[in-house]
Order: sequence, then C-alpha cells, then structure tokens
Amino acid sequence: MNDRPNMPLPDLYRTMRRIRSFEERVAELYVRNGTAGSMLHLSIGEEGAAAGVCAALRPDDSFTTHHRSHGIFLARGADPNRMMAEIAGKSDGYCRGKGGSMHIADMALGHLGANAIVGGGIPHAVGAGLSYRRLGSGAVSVAFFGDGAMQQGVLYESMNMAALWQLPVLFVCVNNQYGMGTRIDRAAARTDFAERAEVFGLAAMNVDGENVGAVFTAAEALIASARAGRPGFLCVSCFRFYGHGRMDKSPYRSAEEEEAGRRRDPLLTARNALIERGLATTAELDAVDAEIANEMDATIEFAIAAEPPPLSAMFDDVYAPGEVRPEPMRMRLERILACT
Amino acid sequence: MAMQELTYREALRQALADAMTEDNRIVVIGEEVGIYGGAYGVTRGLIDRFGAERLVDTPISEPAIVGAAVGAAMTGLRPVAELMYVDFLGLVLDQLANQAAKIRYMFGGQIGVPLVLRTQGGTGRSAGAQHSQSLEGWVMHTPGLRLAMPATVADAYHLLRHSLTLPDPVVFIEHKALYTRKEAVDLAVPVLPWGRAAIRCAGSDVTLVAYSRMVSVAERAAEALSNEGIEAEVIDLRTLNPLDMETVAKSVIRTGHAVVVSEACLTAGPAAELVARITEECFDFLEDPVLRLAAEDIPVPVSPALEVATIPTVSLIQDTVRRMLNR
Repeated sequence: MNDRPNMPLPDLYRTMRRIRSFEERVAELYVRNGTAGSMLHLSIGEEGAAAGVCAALRPDDSFTTHHRSHGIFLARGADPNRMMAEIAGKSDGYCRGKGGSMHIADMALGHLGANAIVGGGIPHAVGAGLSYRRLGSGAVSVAFFGDGAMQQGVLYESMNMAALWQLPVLFVCVNNQYGMGTRIDRAAARTDFAERAEVFGLAAMNVDGENVGAVFTAAEALIASARAGRPGFLCVSCFRFYGHGRMDKSPYRSAEEEEAGRRRDPLLTARNALIERGLATTAELDAVDAEIANEMDATIEFAIAAEPPPLSAMFDDVYAPGEVRPEPMRMRLERILACT
Repeated sequence: MAMQELTYREALRQALADAMTEDNRIVVIGEEVGIYGGAYGVTRGLIDRFGAERLVDTPISEPAIVGAAVGAAMTGLRPVAELMYVDFLGLVLDQLANQAAKIRYMFGGQIGVPLVLRTQGGTGRSAGAQHSQSLEGWVMHTPGLRLAMPATVADAYHLLRHSLTLPDPVVFIEHKALYTRKEAVDLAVPVLPWGRAAIRCAGSDVTLVAYSRMVSVAERAAEALSNEGIEAEVIDLRTLNPLDMETVAKSVIRTGHAVVVSEACLTAGPAAELVARITEECFDFLEDPVLRLAAEDIPVPVSPALEVATIPTVSLIQDTVRRMLNR
C-alpha cells in the first residue's frame, strides 16, 4: 500500500467490497433468470481501478465507460438498486430498462454512458473536455476502457486530439489482460501501454491495480494534471477473475493462470493492509462486509419486484419529446389496410 | 431584410454566422474548417469573426471528430461537425449510428445529442468513386438521426438554421454541384416548417418526387414536359427524416402517377423506400407502377462522359413520364 497521510483506505475498501458484492449478486440474478439476457460483464478483480480512480474525481467531473463497468459507476456513487433494475431491464433502472448492463448512464452523477462498442465512448470524453474548456467549468472528463480498446484506432485519434488541444481529459485503461478470450500478448507486440500514450504527449503512468492506494495516488496526480491542461493516461493492470460474459467458461486460459491471477486480489490486499496498519480489525471489516451483503441482497429483490417498462414506452426517446415520432408499424398497417 | 443574390455556399455560411452570433454554444469542428475556410469554402472567413475556439481545425481523424462532437453535445455545446465528403461516412458510422443516434434512447431519454453533421455528396466534379456518392440511404436507415438535404439557396439557409435548434442529431447533406447555385432570396421571408415537403411546381398529370440536386433536374423536366402539354408536379422533400409522406400522398392521389428521382444508387436506396410508401399508401389511386429513377448500381466513374450518365437526367425523366402516360 502506498503511504500517504490522507489515503482514504477504509473508504476505498468499502467501495471495492460494494463492487464485489454487487457483481456477485449480478451473477446470482442471472442464475435466477432475473437479468435481461446474459451479456453481463463482471468487473470482479478490477475493483482497484474503479475505486482508486473514482475517489480522485470531483463531483462536477464526468466520465465514459465500457461494457465492463458496473464497478466504475458504483464507485462513483450509483444507487445499486437502480443499477440492478437496469440490468434486469426494468423501468426503475437508470435508463428505464432500455439500456441494460452495457448502456448505463446517469447525467446527475456525470456518467456520460457505458458503451458496448469497444472504444466507442473514448472520444466523447474528449468532446466533454472541449466543452469544459470552452465553458470554463474547470471539470475533467475521464474515458475508461479495457485493454481491448488499446488496439482501436479511435483511441489514438482521441489521445492525439486531447494532447494537441491540451484538454482536461484522462484516459484510463483497465488492463485486465484479456479482450474477450485474447490475452494482450496475442493482441499487441508491445504491451507497455503507457509508453504508447507518452509519445502522444500525454502524462502517462502504469500502475498495479492490486494496490488501490497506488491507483488513487496516480489518478489524483493525473487528474490534477489534466485539470491544469496536461491530459493524461493511466493503465491499471489487474486480472479479470471470471469469463468475458456469463456464458464464457474461459477455455482459453489455464487453471494455473486463473489461480495466479486471482491471487492479485485488490480487495484482499486492502483488507490485509487495513488490519496490518491497525486501521481496522477483522471484526470491524466483517461487520462492514455483512452490512454491504445485506444492502446488495436487497438489490436482487428490488430488481425482481420492479415493473418492466410498458409497451407504450417502446417508441419514447428515439427523438426528443415533442418532436416527430416514429410511426409504429402496426399502426401504419392499420391505417393502410383501413383504406383498401 | 431585402432581396439579395446569394449562392448556396454563401447562404450556408450566412446560416452558420447568424446561428453562431445568436448562440455562443455553437462550435464548428472539422478538417480545414478554420484557416483554410472549408474544402468547399463554406466556412471561409468565419474564423476571423468567431475565432479558433469556435472554428476548430482538427487532425484528419473523422471518428474522433464526430465522437468529440457527440461528447461536446452531451455537455453543453452545440457542435457542428464537418465531414468533408459524405463518402467518409464509412469512417464515422460507429459514432453516428451507434453513438449519436442511440444515446437518447439507450439512456432512457436522459440526454440528447444536439449535433449537426454537415457534409456534402453527389456527382458532378469528376471526383471519383470515393468522393461522389450519395449515401443518404445509410442515414435514413438509422432511427434517431434527422436528415436534411437542401435543394435551394433559401433552404440551404433555413434548414441549416433550423437544424441548429433541434434537440437531436441532424445529418445535413449538401450537394457539391449546388454550391455555386445562385438565387435572389429574402432570408427574412419564412419558408415551410421543418419536416414539410415543398411543391416546387404544381401539376396534375404526374408527381415527381425529388430532393437535393435532383429537384432542379426534375423542375427542368417539368418545364420541358409542360411545353408538350404534360403538367408534372415537382415535390422537394427537403428532409428525408422526418419524411413528409402526407404532401407526397396528397399529390399522388391527385395525379395517379408518380416517379421518384434520386441520385443515390437504385437498389435498397431512398427511392425504393419512397416507392414502397407511395405504393402502400396510394395503391387505389395509382394508374401505373411507381417508378424509380436513381443512380446506376455501380461505383461513380471519373470520366465526365461516364459520370454524367450514371444519374437521372432531364431527358430521362421527360422520356419516362411520356411513356408512362402513353404520350
């Protein structure tokens, strides 16, 4: 653990436990047939990245995320009930059940949107940075993405623009080693990602995601730098504990590799550090864990009990309220058949 | 205001300048939009009036240009992203079709993406297969995107002004062969509302449905047909989303004959959609099959001799209508 006087380690632990606990409930809801589909990407093993970076953000900062981003939004302060309801496709969800796990967004918390296109949300953070500079707001926008996006062209266009225009933007690669079933060394000849960002003129760092304190410290420095006009890049290395989605049993990696990867557990590492430093006792942490488990258990019941969106909502929000709406096909048929 | 002689290009520039004066959230982002003044000169001089912070010259990075415009539109600006040629749509379709078009819906109506993607398309300059296409069908096929294609100088101004007030993304496709088109216009005189098609020329024998440059081709055909005693009604769609089928159907129900004229490729193109709708909605009133006059299903060749033959012409429309009406 990094030593810093104001390191909010107990809070970071709590955030990471909430993420872990929530993701476990997502898996449970899936098994209980309560999720909308199986395209659920758990961020277990990546909690250090989410908790460490989000703790360094200001309330007026914004961010875009990728398909494996429940944890990032929770770290930002999301309501787990509304998240779970969204994952279940219910109208109480953040996006009224139309977005689902991969498209959660919340303007109130500066979440400009999770994205199911690898790299798709990265330039949005650049655009947000452009807005903040023009409007003089002083906010920073963070683009979160996985190591898979490190091989997408739009990332390099975006990094170049941010550096060229000195925008308040931070790029955060959550490097969990795998783009679906392809390990980074099968996707790139050189896997030091910070060195790529550096050549674009970004303040770039690699950090070990097992150490949430180190992530927090690095993010804090890079966000301050971005706010001052030097955009940054942070690669947080971690390990994706489970498969790509719920259907993936990870046949592309060995049990040994998984075992070694899961030993790089940011949650356990933080827990041990808290105890070693005398910041918390095992009993206290157990109590925190139990309280969080109760809170997260309730999300399952909330999501199951929530109402699905009414069919009439289907045509809402394709365009803004009051604008010309799409004509439902069935209505169109009625109109035409009535005339013949 | 008074009557003034303006080109299509000048009207677009005037629309941007007037809108930018009224709304300081508007920024123009694109390749060569600032110092160079736009590949077709539309933004020429604007950087002197509004500065480099609002006329943002970008690297050649189309996906990030449109993607940054999406992000800027979500956070308080009203960006105009310029795509130099509509042919570059292939580079930006993710940002346009997966992001801009879907954000309001996917996020449950929390936020819209009020951006305008200005671009230009069409043949007429021997620009070749990668700089001459008419790809409006790609946009029409994507719910969430509005689509305007002005045919006249007045519409170049007014449709762009209106696009810059809309809450949703608008793809605004200009025609490269129209930039020098000149008209005497009074910009203070209001035009039809957004989403309404215009009847450019009234007639009772056949309805010619067109948009963008094909409107003037259809108008010339109507004029020639009129000399032969055939009265063609020319409808300028102005916007393809929304699509004003009411005006089209009203006309076709009256004339009983319809020809759709488009510069996009025939197969699965905008003309096919229009024919399907006219056929569904006006079947009992049609005296003949609705016909499509569209671009050949081939890449656009450079040679002027070939290029001009790939798209509908005045004489093709004339001849088609004559034969349709057995005259």
